[in-house]
Amino acid sequence: MITTNQIRKNLYFDSVTLMVASSMMRGLDGVINAAVMMGTDHNRSLMTQAGLIGPDTEPFGVNDTVVGVQAESDEAAQAAIAFFDDYIGGKKKSGKSSGEASARTLSAAKTVCPGVNFTVISVPGRYARAEAEKAMELGMHVLMFSDNVSLEDEVALKEMAAKKGLLMMGPDCGTTIINGTALGFANVVRRGNIGLAAAAGTGLQEVTALIDQLGGGVSQALGTGGRDLKEEVGGKMMSMCLEALNEDPETEVIVILSKPPAQSVMKRMLEQLERVNKPVIAAFLGGDPALLEGSRVIWAGDLEQAARLAVLAARGEEPALPPDDDTMLKATAEEELAKLAPEQKYLRGLYSGGTLCYETILLLRDEGIPTWSNIALDKKYLLEGGAPSRENTLLDMGDDFFTNGLPHPMIDFRQRVDRMEQEAADPAVGVLLLDCVCGYGTHADPAGELAPAIRRAKEIAAQNGRHLTVIASVTATEGDPQARSVQLRQLEEAGAIVMGCNAQAARLAALMLEQI
Amino acid sequence: MAYKQELIHQLFTSQLQVANVGVDVFYQAVLDQSTPGIHVDWRPPAGGDPRLAEVLSRLQGEPLRRIQAANEEAHRRMDQGDPVWAGVVYAKDVLPDMDRYTIGHAGPPLSWDEMCGPMKGAVIGAIRYEGLARTEEEAVALVKGGKIKFRPNHSVACVGPMTGMITWSMPLFKVVNKTFGNVAYCTINEGLGKVMRFGANDDSVLRRLKWLEQVLAPALQKAVELHGPFSMKVFMAKALAMGDEMHQRNIAASSLFARDVLPVLIRAVNDQEQLGEIADFISGNDQFFLNLAMASCKAVCDAVKDIPDCTIVTAMSRNGTNFGIKVSALGEQWFQAPVLMPKGLFFPGYGPEDANPDMGDSAITETYGIGGFTMGSSPAVVRFVGADSVEAAMNYTRDMYEITQGVNSQLTIPNMDFKGAPMGIDIRKVVETGITPVINTGMAHKKPGVGQVGAGIVRAPMECFTQALEAFAQAQGL
Repeated sequence: MITTNQIRKNLYFDSVTLMVASSMMRGLDGVINAAVMMGTDHNRSLMTQAGLIGPDTEPFGVNDTVVGVQAESDEAAQAAIAFFDDYIGGKKKSGKSSGEASARTLSAAKTVCPGVNFTVISVPGRYARAEAEKAMELGMHVLMFSDNVSLEDEVALKEMAAKKGLLMMGPDCGTTIINGTALGFANVVRRGNIGLAAAAGTGLQEVTALIDQLGGGVSQALGTGGRDLKEEVGGKMMSMCLEALNEDPETEVIVILSKPPAQSVMKRMLEQLERVNKPVIAAFLGGDPALLEGSRVIWAGDLEQAARLAVLAARGEEPALPPDDDTMLKATAEEELAKLAPEQKYLRGLYSGGTLCYETILLLRDEGIPTWSNIALDKKYLLEGGAPSRENTLLDMGDDFFTNGLPHPMIDFRQRVDRMEQEAADPAVGVLLLDCVCGYGTHADPAGELAPAIRRAKEIAAQNGRHLTVIASVTATEGDPQARSVQLRQLEEAGAIVMGCNAQAARLAALMLEQI
Repeated sequence: MAYKQELIHQLFTSQLQVANVGVDVFYQAVLDQSTPGIHVDWRPPAGGDPRLAEVLSRLQGEPLRRIQAANEEAHRRMDQGDPVWAGVVYAKDVLPDMDRYTIGHAGPPLSWDEMCGPMKGAVIGAIRYEGLARTEEEAVALVKGGKIKFRPNHSVACVGPMTGMITWSMPLFKVVNKTFGNVAYCTINEGLGKVMRFGANDDSVLRRLKWLEQVLAPALQKAVELHGPFSMKVFMAKALAMGDEMHQRNIAASSLFARDVLPVLIRAVNDQEQLGEIADFISGNDQFFLNLAMASCKAVCDAVKDIPDCTIVTAMSRNGTNFGIKVSALGEQWFQAPVLMPKGLFFPGYGPEDANPDMGDSAITETYGIGGFTMGSSPAVVRFVGADSVEAAMNYTRDMYEITQGVNSQLTIPNMDFKGAPMGIDIRKVVETGITPVINTGMAHKKPGVGQVGAGIVRAPMECFTQALEAFAQAQGL
């Protein structure tokens, strides 16, 4: 048995604090007796009687804190003293008051909640870098929802993140799932063994929601921001995310979602992926499968395929898909076509999710159907922000032109609803294509906003003796606050044909357009 | 590509805890998923002033590391500062460049013409107290003839409440910062009513000052000689736990002090008559301890001066005309702006129109992180300083955590879960958040000689901090 004591000069605590600390110390392994007291004469005699202090104890006075420990080993005694220091340190630093905590700055937030390890930043772009730097200085990972951040700032932030070993997801990163928590615009997805890294926000939502529907689960879903795989940024965050997923024991299958990376970035990424020993499925939307020639990475042609392949691989099955059976789709297409007048030749797609709009442009292009768009791949078909729709048009209404000063169309439906009415009034329009994106961060009831607008659009057409085909898809899970089934029903009751996913909706539209 | 994996691994394997900066929808979503989080009530830095935001952003990145290290050092020094009351000395014996014609005053430097009414009243009293003039007219003539040298107390390790007069003959509390060895001084509190610190200067004021000088001071000095130095931090910690915030309210600290010092005085003073007067004086003044607290805070804050790259405030003070601050890395330079009017309660018969603007070196208490900063510990002072609930008082303290480097590990606030008092005002945080330090203060009548008319709270003017920030960035070559 050993007895240790320490004197803390001019350190004052009230006796209740010290009694609580003392009793907790006595409960520690290997501790026989322990007391911490202010050095008054009365306390001196108590501690002497208890054998916690003796003649060789350093002199002390009434203003000093006296720590005495009897323990089975020196180690146990030192551990008890360290415990005391932690206890009083914690007492004096803990500022978490009851109820919701709040702070005016990140550093104050870190002081109030020292366990904070992640920051979601959605301040205006010009302030975002400063906040992200503060967050990383405080050791926090970052999801940067903010857009309008310069490339130069993005590169600087990602270099800083790489140096510190922190995730710096964004700017303009809408979706992330960390440890099962949906951050930004994200869905409630079953946990599982599929890890995702995406430079495409709504794409990540769509694929994670589909994985959930298909019975699979997600370990982590990481966003990088849309520009990460450009030459200038060099895929810094994608590379870090892939390494993180490769190291993560919960992740058994890796999914990559992005537009085709810059050539140099692609080369480095493939080199990195050669060292990954988990199945990797990549959807490089709009890219050529030849990109992956000679690589072990599995090509996914669209978001749906990515989800299906991932779920197969996650079950340990061969990640290969049977050829599409489109009998059902064709039947539906024909049924709808029969209702359209000869002059109703065109499709109008109004999207809140950028990646979904992009996916539809690609799937139609693959069927030889060109579309006008504010995010057109072929600049020939670029539709400047405010320009009216022409022929087949697909609009990403989350684009800067539409959001300028207004909330994102996943939150605020006014612009999309207005545009639906405009399109419905156009006698050349036969098909209206919509997405309905749910999850945390989005509108509390997107279908509740869309359904009346669908009815109105159909009415407008009907008043002029036309039928209007409305095709929609719902990006949601049953676990989402909006519940997928509730959203589906509302859209169907309004007269929309609701497909299982956006790719399916696009295929149905393509089948109709091919025959018009 | 090998990246450091530890932090990401930690994130994946521990509880996610989110700080949300910006749109509160995302915060609500986190809470709805039962993930712990905190919402940052973010506003554009520097009140949206793009120029200042730009200055702030220049201090990010590479310079930040230096600044942080320097500020941590400042916080360490403040936290380890250990002021002890080591005796009572006379200005003439201890202050540099002192003569009968030198008058120390509160706040940053100012000329006679710039002085407010109470400050002028105190100066006239101080000149008469030193026997340099018999009448007000003679005193003013001396000043106008350029015979009187004015200097800020802060320049010579001194502080004084309100007008803060320090002259040749005056006794001063001597407080030593044991950890760093530096010394600070403050005058002895004169009590309430007509007193020089509020600009009063009649014969009764001067008589009391003479009694302080000739009777009280030697007795207190003897007491310290008998007892040894008194630890100030222990008084302060206990008094905070007893409901003082230690600027506006010092009743607990003064009582604790009297309890410890009177037994020693009884042994130190032989003359029963004098002993009675001394006991009456100390026991009869709830604010007696304030001046000891001020000297203690000054001793702690002076040890934080002149740390390169450090953005922590080392002094805040007011001369009744201007408010001035000093910043560690910027040495003795004052950054000044016109003082603001306190808001609070008035004694019967007085109103806001009678009050003089903010004045005194006593904001050294807030510089150290007590007074207005520990309002949360002092429910009793809440109404007096114009706050309408105990919660409001705690909110003042909560706000001060936003602008300070850290907390005081020994001075804690029992009713805020024993959290340490906010300590170490950072000019960057003040400018960034737009939150200025809150100061609890007494209010003087704007006419000299009337005295105290009320008490309340006042803010340090933002311009002091924006000027200092720009000067700091410039000095850094940024």
